Amino acid sequence: MASLSPATQAPAPKFRQVSVVLWIAALGLFWLFWKHGAGLAPWAFDYPRAWTVPVARWISQAMKWLLNDATFGLFTFEQATRFIAAVIEVPYQVALSLLSTGFLEGQGSTATQILPPLSWLAVIAVFALIGHRAGGVRLAALVVGCLGFVAVFGQWTSAMVTLASILVAVPLGVVGGLLLGIAAYRWLWVERVLRPILDLMQTIPVFAYLVPVLILFGFGPTAAIVATLIYAMPPMTRITLLALRRVPSELHDLGQMVGCTRRQLTWKVLVPSARDPLMVGVNQVIMLSLNMVIIASMIGAGGLGFDVLAALRKLDFGAGLEAGFAIVALALVLDQLSQAFARKSWGQPVQGSWAHRHPYLLAALATVALAALLGLVVPAVQSYPKTLEISTGTFWSNVVKWINVNYFDTLEAIKNALLLNLLIPFKRFLLSLPWAGVVALLAFAGWRLGGWRLAVLTAFLALFIAATGQWEKAMTTVYLCGISTMIAMLIGVPVGIAAAEKAGLWRWVQVVIDTLQTLPSFVYLMPAVMLFRVGDFTAMIAVVAFAVAPAIRYTALGLRGVDPRLIEAGRAMGCTRSQMLTRIKLRLALPEILLGLNQTVMFALSMLVITALVGTRDLGQEVYIALTKADPGRGLVAGLAVACIAIIADRMLHAGARNARARLGLAEVQE
Amino acid sequence: MSDQAAPQAKLVCRNLWKLFGARAPEALDRLGSEVSARDLAEAGLVAAVRSVDLAVQPGEVFVIMGLSGSGKSTLVRLMSRLIEPTSGEVLLDGQNLLAISKSEMTRIRRHRMGMVFQHFALLPHLSVLDNVAFPLAVQGLNRAERLKRASAMVELVGLAGREDAMPRQLSGGQQQRVGIARSLAVEPELWFLDEPFSALDPLIRREMQDELMRLQQVLKKTIVFITHDFDEAIRLADRIAIMKDGEIVQCDTPEQVVLNPATDYVREFSRAVPRAKVMRVTSAMEPGAGGADLAEVAGSATVAEAAPAFLQGAEALQVTGPDGAKLGVLRRDAVIRLMLEG
Repeated sequence: MASLSPATQAPAPKFRQVSVVLWIAALGLFWLFWKHGAGLAPWAFDYPRAWTVPVARWISQAMKWLLNDATFGLFTFEQATRFIAAVIEVPYQVALSLLSTGFLEGQGSTATQILPPLSWLAVIAVFALIGHRAGGVRLAALVVGCLGFVAVFGQWTSAMVTLASILVAVPLGVVGGLLLGIAAYRWLWVERVLRPILDLMQTIPVFAYLVPVLILFGFGPTAAIVATLIYAMPPMTRITLLALRRVPSELHDLGQMVGCTRRQLTWKVLVPSARDPLMVGVNQVIMLSLNMVIIASMIGAGGLGFDVLAALRKLDFGAGLEAGFAIVALALVLDQLSQAFARKSWGQPVQGSWAHRHPYLLAALATVALAALLGLVVPAVQSYPKTLEISTGTFWSNVVKWINVNYFDTLEAIKNALLLNLLIPFKRFLLSLPWAGVVALLAFAGWRLGGWRLAVLTAFLALFIAATGQWEKAMTTVYLCGISTMIAMLIGVPVGIAAAEKAGLWRWVQVVIDTLQTLPSFVYLMPAVMLFRVGDFTAMIAVVAFAVAPAIRYTALGLRGVDPRLIEAGRAMGCTRSQMLTRIKLRLALPEILLGLNQTVMFALSMLVITALVGTRDLGQEVYIALTKADPGRGLVAGLAVACIAIIADRMLHAGARNARARLGLAEVQE
Repeated sequence: MSDQAAPQAKLVCRNLWKLFGARAPEALDRLGSEVSARDLAEAGLVAAVRSVDLAVQPGEVFVIMGLSGSGKSTLVRLMSRLIEPTSGEVLLDGQNLLAISKSEMTRIRRHRMGMVFQHFALLPHLSVLDNVAFPLAVQGLNRAERLKRASAMVELVGLAGREDAMPRQLSGGQQQRVGIARSLAVEPELWFLDEPFSALDPLIRREMQDELMRLQQVLKKTIVFITHDFDEAIRLADRIAIMKDGEIVQCDTPEQVVLNPATDYVREFSRAVPRAKVMRVTSAMEPGAGGADLAEVAGSATVAEAAPAFLQGAEALQVTGPDGAKLGVLRRDAVIRLMLEG
């Protein structure tokens, strides 16, 4: 994540002493105020209701105005959004018909199928062909295995509904992100306008904009696709901009020298040269789309996400887990395919006839046609036979039951011990702090870390939370996020250290965290709820599971990235293994570990909002309630509050990492 | 240079400046062209190119030599207007490139200029043939025609048979051959080579220099060649311009640069160069005609090139002009003295 605050110089030793004194003074003042200020200034502890700025109401009113009165002259705003929805509806219907429902004539239950959907065998075969094209036999086998798993466990129909949404969202997201990125590259003002929006879009929780999207685009798959686009496009835009900036200047010069027009320069020189990073962007869009399509089941996306959601609501673990596994399989297929394409470089052009040049396309078309014909005769080819489906739902339910019967007391004891001794006291502590004091302390920290600009920013954002009357809920969010981050770091840093020391272990850890990161956040809820039912503790477990990956990754990468010459020097001086680790490696890897902490906080926050489904009482819950009540103001304001927390944490940790790096004399990394 | 000489020259730079920094043109007007580097630094400006005057003659290999940061790459980009100069003039066949419109400049670049880059700048998604044909595709030439011309160029640089290879499958030397073929595909009058061989291994570099000299004998382009390698400059140049801190400190033939360095800075470079390799026989001969039985050597040859004749026992060589006139006699002891001097 890019940071806006300017780089600071490394402080001289004299300044560092001053800094320590200042910090002690600030903390002392804060403590005094906390202990004795309640009588003097009660308003500083409990934000007065009368001072609340009704941002939520303003937003709701603005939304109402948009819907009812806003007009572009020829057509109203609502007509515009409905038009967009209708335009997206067309390709979605085609994809859905192709994969799931078949082409229908008529409406609703009276509809008759005029063309069946693609046979499940044909879909698997087409994916296998794509896999073979991109990554050879091994990838094809993996694809067949994963999709076969989906079919055998009876998740095929839902999976195809999810896939249909993704097939529509991904091309739109990629093209939209690419165009925005190119525009930002070409016109400085576009970048200036986009940058803060991109920053905000990456920190605002997804639930928050589900509400306005729901209101503007109606309940259903198209609204879900719009939300998915909003979610998946910003990273593509960012990556496009970076990729274009990194095209070697010589290629730019070449384009000018051969007399390219602006358009030729962009499309014939810059974009093809930036292919590799752009493909990474495509992979991102695909994975983010999958994540969002699952979450957007709340506004009617249907498919696997809906199955998980329904299972969560009924606490039917078996069904939920099965759908969860299917999501994992789908995620694996999409991730591996797009990564394989990203790794492939440009191939040699093939000469010859059309069929000669497109053997894979030909094979795919032939398979589809063959399967369709066979499907007319053999129904098992058309759709996977129900009798062969294996349902493990009851099995998993029984496993959970067994665990609960045998280990209920143990699990409960762990849960209660942690709740009573750690979670609740920490929560009480945070809630007792005076908001005004916290705002002042944050501003001070911002000033020390990144100068007055950062101080103003943090103070303003913290004040926004207080002024919109969300202080208590925000503190609950901070408490859950803080505890989860702490535990994730406590697990992640040692694992990262171990992985960095042993190359063999690192390979395995990498596979595990890569896989963990491809999983949609929804999937993490299921096992946590199974074992600990609903509540803060469950939320914490899910958040830790989700957020531990970056903690491990950054620690390991930071340690492995330490200059080998320094390690050699350490060895030459006779450092023991532990001296080497504590005195050289960890110190030099500190900036990187701080960035890992930053990512862990960001991951934790984004997951925390989703854990509202398992009954937290923080800002996430506020957003979720707003979603169920379709109250855009309330949802957006709570979402913005989460974004504020994220931005404060992000800027502070970035500034901290930058200071540490400057102190160590390391080069600024490109972000 | 005199105004009479300018119209005949292919490319002329007059009082060319490039300053980097805020509001550079105003600052230059204020400070005047005699400004020192310190004054510029105080104004927050960096002078990449300072008051450069030069004229490149048609068919000449003009080498601009300088160390990194001397402004040579900026200078070649000012000549092609890839970078806008802060002030001054760039004349191509007498036409001021800085005064013409953008579309006119595009037209000139498309048809009259070619450029070879240090890191080859090949497009990764195009085959060798398509890379070479790329400038023609940009011009909108039809596919059959441009592939025909591109094939001829690929053959010219000795890559026939590799037309369908992708850039990453080629060695560095081969990649630069593609770069050369591409820059020649539009049949440019003015050929810019920006450190074309710097990224190559020394052995390959030498091979490519020979290749360039071979091509130039056939093509007779006007060449502006940028390098940081003094030996390369000596080897290729008809004339060398040596740059330091954005200024040209000496602009002369290789022989003059080595024999009469203008400054200590130039002397530092030329010290290690064997005199015999740059000195023409006309500079080492005694005037007058020798005996009729003497073998002949062209006046344009270097002493080192003439030396092998003495190994076969000759005591003296007859130096002749291009028209066959007898210019003087090159004696064995003069050659030995020069060779021993190193």
